[in-house]
Amino acid sequence: MTRAALAILRKDLRIELRTRESVPAMALFAVTVFVLFHFGLDRDSLDGALAAGILWVTVLLAAVLAVNRLFVVEREQGGFDGLLLAPIDRTAVYVAKATALLLYLLMLELVAVPAFALLLLGVDLLPALPELVAIMLVADVGLAAVGALVAALAVETRARDLIVPLLLLPLLVPVIIAGAAATEPLLTGLQTADGLGRWLAFLGLYDMVFVLLSVGIFDFLLDD
Amino acid sequence: MRVQGGQTLGVFGPNGAGKTTLLRVLAALLRPHAGSVRVAGAALPEEAWKLRGRVGYLGHDPLLYRELTARENLRFHARLHGVAPERVEALLDAVGMGRRAGDPVRQLSRGMVQRVAAARAVLHDPPLLLLDEPGAGLDPAAVELLEPLIGRASGRTRVLVTHDVDGGIAESDVALGLRAGRQVVAGAAAEMGAGRLLELYR
Repeated sequence: MTRAALAILRKDLRIELRTRESVPAMALFAVTVFVLFHFGLDRDSLDGALAAGILWVTVLLAAVLAVNRLFVVEREQGGFDGLLLAPIDRTAVYVAKATALLLYLLMLELVAVPAFALLLLGVDLLPALPELVAIMLVADVGLAAVGALVAALAVETRARDLIVPLLLLPLLVPVIIAGAAATEPLLTGLQTADGLGRWLAFLGLYDMVFVLLSVGIFDFLLDD
Repeated sequence: MRVQGGQTLGVFGPNGAGKTTLLRVLAALLRPHAGSVRVAGAALPEEAWKLRGRVGYLGHDPLLYRELTARENLRFHARLHGVAPERVEALLDAVGMGRRAGDPVRQLSRGMVQRVAAARAVLHDPPLLLLDEPGAGLDPAAVELLEPLIGRASGRTRVLVTHDVDGGIAESDVALGLRAGRQVVAGAAAEMGAGRLLELYR
């Protein structure tokens, strides 16, 4: 499975590098939303729960753009048939797609977090950066696990652009609650987040449940 | 109906007769709604997994990524099938694409794409070839070039869908005529002749 998953992942990253269809769109969307909040709220700086909420909602909505496009190349260019004809474990397709989405999210956050700090944040983020990176990493795994599953479900539907957010966002409510709650103390200027371990454990459990669930049902999704 | 190993089954019929659907069922890409299908010893769809990697499929869609080069596409499929990279280079030369192997597929002509798709279909040396209008977009020289790979000379069992009735009959051992998803005529191609098959199109 590893060989096939790596081959599919490498192919996807190469295509993204050439077409630049997902990551730049996500980053541009996130920065635009921060600019809109900057002017819309008419405040020079934010902190605490409001800042955490804006950061996580923006990341989630930007992720929808990548989820929408995750399987499009397979559908439009016959990749599904090529993958189904090959003697590979179909779980490899899921693992590759979820990993690609995880990397897109990390690249998005490399742009979005500094932009957020610059445009909206009233506190110095640097001292809390290790904690913030840990929270985002664990949350991104869950986001990628659910996102790849929803992308596969929606890709053959005509209303893909509508189906993806309708399915994805409710499923990600626990991620946004835990992500925002874990991040809030960091954005209040506290260098150590209260209850961070508890929220990370919750996110880890969410990741495990959805990775196992997705691996279990992905084979059936590719049938017919 | 039954097709022996090494034989070619010619499938004929007007547009919408179900020729491509039949190929997709044989490739285990679609589930049959009725009847039973056994391909290379695998009962479909229950044993579809047995068939993976044993079928070469050359359909309307070349199954190539437009942003990747011809070489990158073949190397990707080679990795999925566990085929050595040396075979990719040999096949690119065999289909006359050695010099354009570094070009993205979106920059290639229809005929060139079809040649790369043919190389992709035989990359893993499959015993069974499913061919849907394999000559589409190819000039006579290219058809000749592909003959050892996907033609009768390849020695593989083939299912060949074509609208060229005379050419298809000459290539086939067994012929099947379809109309509206149903078998209308079937039998030895040499005995059937083109006349009965041409009636399908009227």
